[in-house]
Amino acid sequence: MSELSPHAQELAAYARLVRRRVAIVAGLGALMLVALLFDIATGPSNLPLGDVVTGILHPAALDAPARVIIWDVRLPYALMAVLVGAALALAGAEMQTILNNPLASPFTLGVSSAASFGAALALVLGVGLPLLPADWNLPAFAFLFAFGSVLLLQSLAGLRGTGVETLVLFGIALVFTFNALVALVQFVASQEALQQLVFWSMGSLSRASWGKLGVLGLVTLAVVPFSLKASWRMTALRLGEDRARSFGISVARLRFFSLLRVSLLAATSVAFVGTIGFIGLVAPHIARLLVGEDHRFFLPASMLAGAVIMSLASVASKTLVPGALLPVGIVTALIGVPFFMALIFSRRERL
Amino acid sequence: MQGTGETLPQLHIGGLHVGYGRRRIIEALDLPALEGGTVTALIGPNAAGKTTLLRALAGLVPAKGSIRLDDVELTGLSVAGHARHVTYMPQALPQRVALTVFEATLSALMSSRGGALSTADAHARALDALARLGISDLAMRGLDELSGGQRQLASLAQSIVREPAVLLLDEPTSALDIHHQLRVMQLVAELARERSIIVVIVLHDIAQAARYAQRVVVLQNGAVAADGTPEAAITPETLARVYRVEARVERCSHGFLQVIVDRAV
Repeated sequence: MSELSPHAQELAAYARLVRRRVAIVAGLGALMLVALLFDIATGPSNLPLGDVVTGILHPAALDAPARVIIWDVRLPYALMAVLVGAALALAGAEMQTILNNPLASPFTLGVSSAASFGAALALVLGVGLPLLPADWNLPAFAFLFAFGSVLLLQSLAGLRGTGVETLVLFGIALVFTFNALVALVQFVASQEALQQLVFWSMGSLSRASWGKLGVLGLVTLAVVPFSLKASWRMTALRLGEDRARSFGISVARLRFFSLLRVSLLAATSVAFVGTIGFIGLVAPHIARLLVGEDHRFFLPASMLAGAVIMSLASVASKTLVPGALLPVGIVTALIGVPFFMALIFSRRERL
Repeated sequence: MQGTGETLPQLHIGGLHVGYGRRRIIEALDLPALEGGTVTALIGPNAAGKTTLLRALAGLVPAKGSIRLDDVELTGLSVAGHARHVTYMPQALPQRVALTVFEATLSALMSSRGGALSTADAHARALDALARLGISDLAMRGLDELSGGQRQLASLAQSIVREPAVLLLDEPTSALDIHHQLRVMQLVAELARERSIIVVIVLHDIAQAARYAQRVVVLQNGAVAADGTPEAAITPETLARVYRVEARVERCSHGFLQVIVDRAV
């Protein structure tokens, strides 16, 4: 630090703060890798951790069954967990900021209800999209409805100005509408279709595949740079909407594009693994406690926290009931809540 | 403070109409020649349109008419264009925000000028703003840990760091104790003089307006009821007409105007 700077002391203090935050984000990244490795190593067929590492680095060194287990089952599941966790957490973090509401999550405005309705239509009425492989039909429907619901929300809100209250009220209206429509479809559904639908709505990683992983990965990769680019504007928005506008930020625009990113992330996630609650709500809270709300750190920390929780939930879903694979959506809350409580109780003075 | 050859910036408001939907709040309002370096206080009863006028000047609500800063017509400018000249400090301060004073100040700069300003320059300017307000020691403290007065100063820092030509303040002292009320008002008056800023400030306290403002505008039902020096604008007649009170306006032993309200009429 230059001796000449009149603010040397404050600049040094800020540099320390930034270093600490970078270290926390890096720590979360390391934690995620460990959780991922554990997730890959956990499963009904006992594979030692050493074999798993070997199998990933040198696939040829393992026998065929082990290779198939690692590469066709464990890896796609585990990576899907990490990716879905990160995507939902990022969506939740942005949502909480743009709606100025700590209880907001990617599903607040009806994205998952709409996805469920799309899935219900595909499952129960057997509607199919042309040119799609059979196991992509349901995700495609879920995505179309989820994404469509956000576009509908945006255009409704646009009619009346894009204030936060308007958005939330229309969102709630959509949640109830789609829930009613899902119930209606369930009412006419056959026993078998109903069972499938219930299982779908619980959220499960067992639908993961390399293809779906690739799509979600691409969507996330495409969205993240725009989220990070908006991070200073999001930080300023935390100081209030009027304040942010008086800093020269077009809040309506910021909110519109953020909501578009949220819907892409949430709709793609829900389409592939079903509804997984809690991650999008809690991961941002954990990140906020750890690194504050400078969104340059807050957004990455949220993603990594979401990935860690989801990965741990995936491990738990395989080990809680021996021999059975629980739907991970059930486990996320069960594992997330104690983690969250521990953090709240152990919280020191903030920042 | 200012060099004598330099002309001070001027803000001219002419034929201003502001409304929400069909409800007209401000109609055909004229306020000529608000001058740089001076503090103009907006006073008036509840629902007189003070905050609406301020928000219109800030470009936060659509307005018809003219708001001209020297040669620049501000109505019709984009949010970003407006923000280059004008900064608005709302009355409500944000709650439960996990940001330090320094980060909040920095975000006021980085969120819209991120490209034009180097990080080092932005850091220096943010710290300069905190130092000017005497709150350098709060730089790394969280906004949530601050007292009301400290938060108001932090908010003021977010405004002046943008170096606006026009600074709009909405009741910055209403939630503060007397010490902080005076401190904030003194700093605002000093900053106006030092940097030739056009300050327009909504105040509830008439005596405070009389003491710190060079010009007082009394608003009533969205129109100007009185406009002039504190002595000219704050009179028993105006107070009776606008606030419906019987009041005396007297000078205290230090020469400041005091308003003594006897009764509501």
